[in-house]
Amino acid sequence: MKISKDTYQKITIKLKINGEIVETDIHVSDLLLNVLRDKLGLTGAKPGCLNGDCGACTVIMNQKPMKSCLLLAIEAIREEITTIEGLLNSTIQKEFVNHFAFQCGYCTPGFVMVSHALLMNDPNPDKKTVIEWLSSNICRCTGYQEIEKALYSVIKGGNACGLKPKNTVKSNGAKKTDETGRLN
Amino acid sequence: MISFDFEYYRPKSIKEATDLYQNLASRGGKPIYYSGGTEIITLGRLNRVYTDAVIDIKSIPETQTWGFHNNELITGSALPLSIFNEKNYFPLLAETAREIADYTSRIKITIGGNICGQIFYREGILPFLLTDSDVLIAGSKGVKRKPLKEVFDQKLMLEREEFLVQLATKKIYMEMPFLSVKKRQQWKTGYPLLTVASLKKDGFLRFAFSGVCPFPFRSEQMETVLNSRTQPYEERALASFDYLPQPILNDIEGSNEYRLFVLKNTIVDFLKKFEGDENK
Ligand SMILES: Cc1cc2nc3c(=O)[nH]c(=O)nc-3n(C[C@H](O)[C@H](O)[C@H](O)COP(=O)(O)OP(=O)(O)OC[C@H]3O[C@@H](n4cnc5c(N)ncnc54)[C@H](O)[C@@H]3O)c2cc1C
Ligand code: FES
Ligand code: FES
Repeated sequence: MKISKDTYQKITIKLKINGEIVETDIHVSDLLLNVLRDKLGLTGAKPGCLNGDCGACTVIMNQKPMKSCLLLAIEAIREEITTIEGLLNSTIQKEFVNHFAFQCGYCTPGFVMVSHALLMNDPNPDKKTVIEWLSSNICRCTGYQEIEKALYSVIKGGNACGLKPKNTVKSNGAKKTDETGRLN
Repeated sequence: MISFDFEYYRPKSIKEATDLYQNLASRGGKPIYYSGGTEIITLGRLNRVYTDAVIDIKSIPETQTWGFHNNELITGSALPLSIFNEKNYFPLLAETAREIADYTSRIKITIGGNICGQIFYREGILPFLLTDSDVLIAGSKGVKRKPLKEVFDQKLMLEREEFLVQLATKKIYMEMPFLSVKKRQQWKTGYPLLTVASLKKDGFLRFAFSGVCPFPFRSEQMETVLNSRTQPYEERALASFDYLPQPILNDIEGSNEYRLFVLKNTIVDFLKKFEGDENK
């Protein structure tokens, strides 16, 4: 199956992001991170190392955390993507605020996403699992303690995250459709 | 951002993939097999990898196999490293894989990509080197099955149009005692200094190493020395160094002397764990 029509020409794809189908033009070699930020106006995923090391670009794909700098946008067709904009007013977001789990805030969307993904997969993770998942991300300001506290407070609250994303911020710069995210 | 563009193909069968490769290459193209894609993306961004067409093998069913068949465990090459802990059929592989990169990256990095990548470490190969596994390789003439030992010398020796489809490991190896330890200089998820994996078969210890030389390896000569039970552990470890392949890595993660120091201590720890305290 050949997906690109002509080499180096843009192609139109549909992506399912925060429950919404969006259509956008991409180059095949475009990273999901760049498409989210530059084409869809979803700037919550942050470019950091662009090397898979820092986790600032983390999104959730099919309930698993995914570094969007390690993923071609074309690989995300037919997958369910959640970005930080999709977690507006979620419990995990509130607990990050309540516990001051950030300073400059650059790493925060990535930490919120990886924490949320962990709770989706395991609402009551043990300490080893928490450390294993959070070690995917780097924060250069905090001592990580506040981030762990925010996560544990959600776990203790037993409301594994108020998982339903509310009031999602809609992406812009993209054509929306009501179909599934299939190639044209 | 990757500065160059390429075509993207997602074949659904082995034949479709190898035919595609040949067609593209015969037209003067530079196709490349794409599995997790993390190395192609990160090195592509730095212009250290170039391709004009990627052939994504993740939709080929054989590359996604993970389970037992006729007393063998079949490991599909496009399986993400994270799956080995989620469904732990092969404890040595699970233990080694969970030390590669970080949890989120392991959801994208695949075992085949790790084995066939450019990186020195390629720790994913160690469990297969220790367990006399076979590899199934697809090429223009179909799929061939070979003992890993015959086709792995510093790297998996593939023809240009070939790709790794699966690894096959006898079930009996899943129950054997093993150890796998990764030593890092920095952080819990930093790049490795070195990794040592060992498996005890019929009372004999096998050893495989990554991060010691610019390639992973198993050395039967080192194993003979390390199993000479009349010698103290430290002497055995040092004597085995006579058979280390060269060169010893000497880079930002650690000098060659430091690596050998850490290697000696790690081997001694392994011998203690397998054979008990020397003073007893
Ligand atoms: C954040 C991060 C941390 C890392 N840490 C470690 C670490 O601790 N230890 C370690 O060993 N590595 C580590 N790596 C490196 C990683 O394991 C390798 O770069 C690996 O190649 C990535 O696998 P992939 O599936 O994404 O490969 P891809 O990018 O898909 O492919 C890599 C290369 O292998 C070839 N290839 C892929 N699959 C096949 C196949 N089935 N048959 C033939 N050729 C194939 C491709 O053509 C390409 O040349 C890390 C990488 C990242 C991003
Ligand atoms: S920007 Fe993706 S991991 Fe750092
Ligand atoms: S709050 Fe600044 S990097 Fe984490």
